[in-house]
Amino acid sequence: MILMVAEQMSGVLSKSAYELAQAARQLQSELPEAGEVTALVLGSGVAAAASAAALIADQVLVADLPALAQYDAEIWSSAVAQIAGEGEAQVVLIAGSRSGREYSPRVAVKLDAPLLEDVIRLQYEKAGEAGDGTLRAEHYTFLSRVTERIETQAKVVVLTVKPGSFGTVAPGNTPAEQFDVDLELPQRRLKVTGSIKEKTGRIALTEADVVVSGGRGVGTQEGFAQLVEGLADQLGAAVGATRAVVDAGWRPYSEQVGQTGKTVQPKLYIAVGISGAVQHLSGMNKSKCIVALNKDADAPIFKITDYGIVGDVKEIVPAMIAELRK
Amino acid sequence: MRIITVIRQVLDAEESVRVRGGVVDLEGSKLVMDTMDEYGVEEALCLREAAPGETPVEIVALAVGPERAEESIRTALAMGADRGVHVVTEVTLDAIALSAVVAQVARDESAELIFCGGQQADWDSQALGAATAERLQWPQATWTSQLERKGPMLVGKHEVDEGSETFEVELPAVVTTQQGLNEPRYPTLPNIMKSKKKEIRKQPLEAFGVTPKLKVLGAEIQVKERRRKILDGKDAAAAAEQLVKMLREEAGVIA
Ligand SMILES: Cc1cc2nc3c(=O)[nH]c(=O)nc-3n(C[C@H](O)[C@H](O)[C@H](O)COP(=O)(O)OP(=O)(O)OC[C@H]3O[C@@H](n4cnc5c(N)ncnc54)[C@H](O)[C@@H]3O)c2cc1C
Ligand SMILES: Nc1ncnc2c1ncn2[C@@H]1O[C@H](COP(=O)(O)O)[C@@H](O)[C@H]1O
Repeated sequence: MILMVAEQMSGVLSKSAYELAQAARQLQSELPEAGEVTALVLGSGVAAAASAAALIADQVLVADLPALAQYDAEIWSSAVAQIAGEGEAQVVLIAGSRSGREYSPRVAVKLDAPLLEDVIRLQYEKAGEAGDGTLRAEHYTFLSRVTERIETQAKVVVLTVKPGSFGTVAPGNTPAEQFDVDLELPQRRLKVTGSIKEKTGRIALTEADVVVSGGRGVGTQEGFAQLVEGLADQLGAAVGATRAVVDAGWRPYSEQVGQTGKTVQPKLYIAVGISGAVQHLSGMNKSKCIVALNKDADAPIFKITDYGIVGDVKEIVPAMIAELRK
Repeated sequence: MRIITVIRQVLDAEESVRVRGGVVDLEGSKLVMDTMDEYGVEEALCLREAAPGETPVEIVALAVGPERAEESIRTALAMGADRGVHVVTEVTLDAIALSAVVAQVARDESAELIFCGGQQADWDSQALGAATAERLQWPQATWTSQLERKGPMLVGKHEVDEGSETFEVELPAVVTTQQGLNEPRYPTLPNIMKSKKKEIRKQPLEAFGVTPKLKVLGAEIQVKERRRKILDGKDAAAAAEQLVKMLREEAGVIA
């Protein structure tokens, strides 16, 4: 069995589930012996997400329980490890979201399995008599500057998939069968006492074709709104920010791009008043086309730029907005 | 109470990475304690300073790596950690394998709290803290940006996919750090002098019986060719016009 944990948010199947299905189908075609692609849906009130998952997997296991209303690393890892163990999964695919990367190590330890983190490419090969496949993968290291190739042979392998790396499967027409599963879940020990949601009305940062990001060079919070949001509105783009801007309290953390924020790889990334520290680059250096606007011709961002303007963003950005309106 | 702070020695972020013969070559590069681990050491010191006189807090800096990793333990000791444990090995362990070592040291030391970086700057992994917590059957708080101790509880804030959460968790626990948790202090000269006398216990990796399940086949730096067309923006309107034209016609990335 190839087990994929289909993430959902507020009952809606996440984009990452379609990416996991794509990766799972590829593995299945390379090693048919691995068996069915099984989607596991965890949550409370997830019937719609489960139905959507039924269009991308061979079978769907659903745990729709009040205890699963809120994500928790211990509960999630316990659920996934139980299902993987009972179903004798050979591969467990988990989304490379922050939560996925947080509970997947626990799943690996529980299953005594290797963990491949944030993979961007996969290849499955049949090895020995026992049917253990050899799984080869690629992932980034050294703040996304190096591509490393790794290999593992094990009865079961746990892996997280980097968002945006595998494309998405198109849903089929005939829904796969759904099964309710029983789980024994541990008590929640990390008590969440409050939650600050930072979802904006804009298109999601990690799903956008165009991202406009602002750095300290926009000057002020108002400058950010005017320049970065102004340009983003004109382009129908998502908004990103540097850590410096988030630390200053101008923008929410959910918009941070970089090593300790989100990773994006849009068709077009526009950096407005951003110096290009390696920790920021780590979150956007795989973008297809990079544009930088900065008054300092020596700013490191220009080293990875396709197009740029050396100048004051307070003049350049309004001129760009005017030009785009023409 | 005993706190373990996990230390990793990594390439300084200002240094460029070199790959030779399919492996990252660190020879001659500046290596530093991972900033994420500095946050951990600093936070351990802050917890101790916030409760003077209460239960005594001992801070143990743990590194697993080659001989040179001792330099980063020394940095932690100079910041104020009490002693070091250095599990010496030339073998590259993956996070899951390494977590077995960290968990064993935590048991040997009867530690109640472990700090670990949210993501390590060399292998871009986020797994060590959670895997260690699982081995110890402890809870974990990852990407922590605020922390305080209230008796047997840790109270704090941490960052999640879309926003942040405040949390409470009872010790023992694993906490992984995030930028913003604190401002790591610089070691003062007297503390650097003092740290030279602090104990670092050396242990061979073989004592732990761990074998990595991952094999690294090779590494390369894939440089994406960039056009590098940089315009002078003295005439903002002219530059903007030209840029928009190029984005539309040459790059084809906007309508
Ligand atoms: C462990 C760790 C993790 C980190 N994680 C992240 C992360 O995830 N994301 C992240 O972004 N950073 C991260 N950082 C911080 C990073 O190192 C940089 O400090 C940060 O990215 C700088 O943000 P900035 O470019 O906005 O600011 P600055 O570096 O101050 O750059 C501002 C730029 O604006 C330009 N400028 C100023 N005024 C104007 C003007 N009027 N017109 C045009 N240009 C102007 C300047 O020339 C300068 O290049 C991390 C750091 C550490 C240590
Ligand atoms: N995990 C890490 N992420 C980013 N930078 C790091 C990391 N580990 C070490 N560094 C170094 O920390 C420096 C930033 O320190 P500071 O200027 O004090 O914020 C960078 O220049 C790097 O040399």
